[in-house]
Amino acid sequence: MSSSTEVDNSTYYVPEQGWYPVFLAFGLMLLVTGLAGFLNDMKNGISGDWTQSIIGLVVVSFVLYSWFAKVIDENAAGMNNATLKKSYVWGMGWFIFSEVMFFAAFFGALFYVRSFVVPWLGGEGDKGVIGDYLWPAFESTWPVVANPNPEIFVNPGESMASPGVMNWGAYLPFYNTVILLTSSVTIHFAHDAIKSQARNKLIGWLAVTVILGIIFLILQVEEYIHAYSALGLTLDSGIYGSTFFILTGFHGFHVTMGTFIIFVQLIRAIKGHFSADDCFGFESASWYWHFVDVVWVGLFIFVYVV
Amino acid sequence: MSEVIHADHHDDHAHGPAKGLLRWLYTTNHKDIGTLYLWFSFTMFLIGGVMALVIRTELFQPGLQFIEPEFFNQMTTNHGLIMVFGAIMPAFVGLANWLIPMQVGAPDMALPRMNNLSFWILPFAFSMMISTLFMEGGGPNFGWTFYAPLSTTYAPDSVTYFIFAVHLMGASSIMGSINIIATILNMRAPGMTLMKMPMFVWTWLITAYLLIAVMPVLAGAVTMMLFDIHFNTSFFNAAGGGDPVMFQHIFWFFGHPEVYIMILPAFGIVSHIIPTFARKQLFGYTSMVYAVASIAFLSFIVWAHHMFTVGMPLAGQLFFMYSTMLIAVPTGVKVFNWISTMWRGSMTFETPMLFAIAFVVLFTIGGLSGLMLAITPADYQYHDTYFVVAHFHYVLVPGALFSIIAAVYFWIPKWTGKMYDESLGKLHFWLSFIGVNVTFFPQHFSGLAGMPRRIPDYALQFADFNMISSIGAFIFGFSQVFFLYVLIKTIRSGAPAAGRSWEGAKGLEWTLPSPAPYHSFTYPPEVKNEEVHG
Repeated sequence: MSSSTEVDNSTYYVPEQGWYPVFLAFGLMLLVTGLAGFLNDMKNGISGDWTQSIIGLVVVSFVLYSWFAKVIDENAAGMNNATLKKSYVWGMGWFIFSEVMFFAAFFGALFYVRSFVVPWLGGEGDKGVIGDYLWPAFESTWPVVANPNPEIFVNPGESMASPGVMNWGAYLPFYNTVILLTSSVTIHFAHDAIKSQARNKLIGWLAVTVILGIIFLILQVEEYIHAYSALGLTLDSGIYGSTFFILTGFHGFHVTMGTFIIFVQLIRAIKGHFSADDCFGFESASWYWHFVDVVWVGLFIFVYVV
Repeated sequence: MSEVIHADHHDDHAHGPAKGLLRWLYTTNHKDIGTLYLWFSFTMFLIGGVMALVIRTELFQPGLQFIEPEFFNQMTTNHGLIMVFGAIMPAFVGLANWLIPMQVGAPDMALPRMNNLSFWILPFAFSMMISTLFMEGGGPNFGWTFYAPLSTTYAPDSVTYFIFAVHLMGASSIMGSINIIATILNMRAPGMTLMKMPMFVWTWLITAYLLIAVMPVLAGAVTMMLFDIHFNTSFFNAAGGGDPVMFQHIFWFFGHPEVYIMILPAFGIVSHIIPTFARKQLFGYTSMVYAVASIAFLSFIVWAHHMFTVGMPLAGQLFFMYSTMLIAVPTGVKVFNWISTMWRGSMTFETPMLFAIAFVVLFTIGGLSGLMLAITPADYQYHDTYFVVAHFHYVLVPGALFSIIAAVYFWIPKWTGKMYDESLGKLHFWLSFIGVNVTFFPQHFSGLAGMPRRIPDYALQFADFNMISSIGAFIFGFSQVFFLYVLIKTIRSGAPAAGRSWEGAKGLEWTLPSPAPYHSFTYPPEVKNEEVHG
């Protein structure tokens, strides 16, 4: 704008130019090309080089840190008006929706495989002819513990399927469900604490939430180790392992991100950020956490139990 | 510095753009970013166009003359990918950036820094994708639809770079869409109710929802490819209990909404241009809005019409056939409304209007061949022939692309403050119009006669049609270089344009001077009734 005095301060805010976006794009490019080169090397039996991806990750992290710090400072300085705050809310909401659709792709794959592909391969229905012709010995079951061609995709010994409600006492995913659902409640308590301006409570509940997230992740790692070493259930043990690991794996990745984000909110709470009517960083983190929680409920039902 | 906040000490330096290259790298301005998007997409358009001409050169005569079949596959693949993700989509996002803040009475986009990120991801992503052509084993050669197992088991190593490039493009599109939704829902001037919004804003709002819903699904699809290639999962491998057909389902769940992503903003553009040059209100504004929403909804439940021959249960074929045909109803409403808008209007035929009328006629031809393809038993004959190629080029070239060109001619006086040369514009139109029809109309016939797509050689019976097609392609290709000349001439030496550059033009953007100020509206403008439904 040629002259700022013409501007209605209460309505419009346009941030100054900044170096963050273009450097973030550059960092992302470094990260993914490095990763692609590494994966291709691995595939071709060459020991891959992580260096470029690491540099990319450092650039991305540094830019994100600076960018978020800048936004927090601007908000603290009172630069963010009501309109911009509302834009942030819309942005976070639709970002979470896009994440929902990302998981929808994998859930869709799971449903399609279970409802159509495996029965057809097992010889059921109109399309069963081909399955019968290719692998007559293959039986349609879920979980698939015996693959159509076990020479290429080695059969998993066992699946992660639920042993029945009565036996959940010794079933790790059940405990993970309880932990994540509890963490959704604890972060809600943290929100209440912000609203009643009780800083110590806020810090306490955030810390509890972070700890619950970390416990969840440790148990997930435990489960993966169990799957790989004891059950023979791996990424390359056929479609059950593929769907299991991609769904729980991306969920676990999101829990990792969510835990980190809440950890950042914890630090900010300790530093004295947030007030009852100005806590978007916290609120968006909590929405993200609830989303991760809901995805887990879907996973527990469709990957483990049903 | 942030203009708003430092109102007290803004002293001598006027807050225009920074100078030099950094202006473009660091910008948070919707017009700068729109300009970047538009020039980027034009560059990609020329690169993808050169690839198309390589294809048409090889197909000029039967037999292999110039390039190897392997390279031919890389050309068809990259031509498709670059045109879809690099030319058409960024051009629409560029137009959205330029126009939406002006049309809803906002100073800028809702999230300006993220806006810059959305753009700057693209040059990196496309550098990655184009660089695959020079890698060992060649670039992607599996068609723009990258069906597994061609794109997994049998793909060149460069596919890994392609996968990550698609991830980056998806991230860019999602951020762009979030920004557009936030701008439209949150930054409208007081009085600009939803049902007073210009059609371009409406169509982009719905397009943005489509993008947010399907780009993550595409990301999921390429992620599964990545895992199948590098971690030996079996999503698309029946030996492990997966299914290559599942790839097609997931791809087209993204892919069908994607083709509407490339046409809905075009509907919006045409709904601005036709009323302007017919000097009438848009006929049936409300029905236009509902038609676009219906088309968007239907786009989610028709995807498998791309795969009728893949071996689906009969119930699936029937469902997807009927749901596809339903799309003709809201589309028919739109075409009817455009024609009714022109009915008894005081029509003049400036270049944007010519492109818009050509859009209505030629897009309808593409729509009708789409209806033919929707009929499952008939599709068994057309599938994977040049009839399909003719169909989707009719909706994408004289459809989406003509609308973009029309938009450029229509709004360039607003952007630059200069008017293009009308006779050069008309020449560009007629060259493009003739070129596009000479290229693609014969492909209906060769396709119906059975010529398969994506093949570098063909039977002698198709020779004449292919020769005509290739000649048309070169006419069309060079007329777009001529377009570049027209644009540069306009920017350098066009006649000054008035604020309301067209006699019948309505909408808030025309209440601004030409060229529009760096930040569109410093105060929320008053939304007068005579400016709405432009």
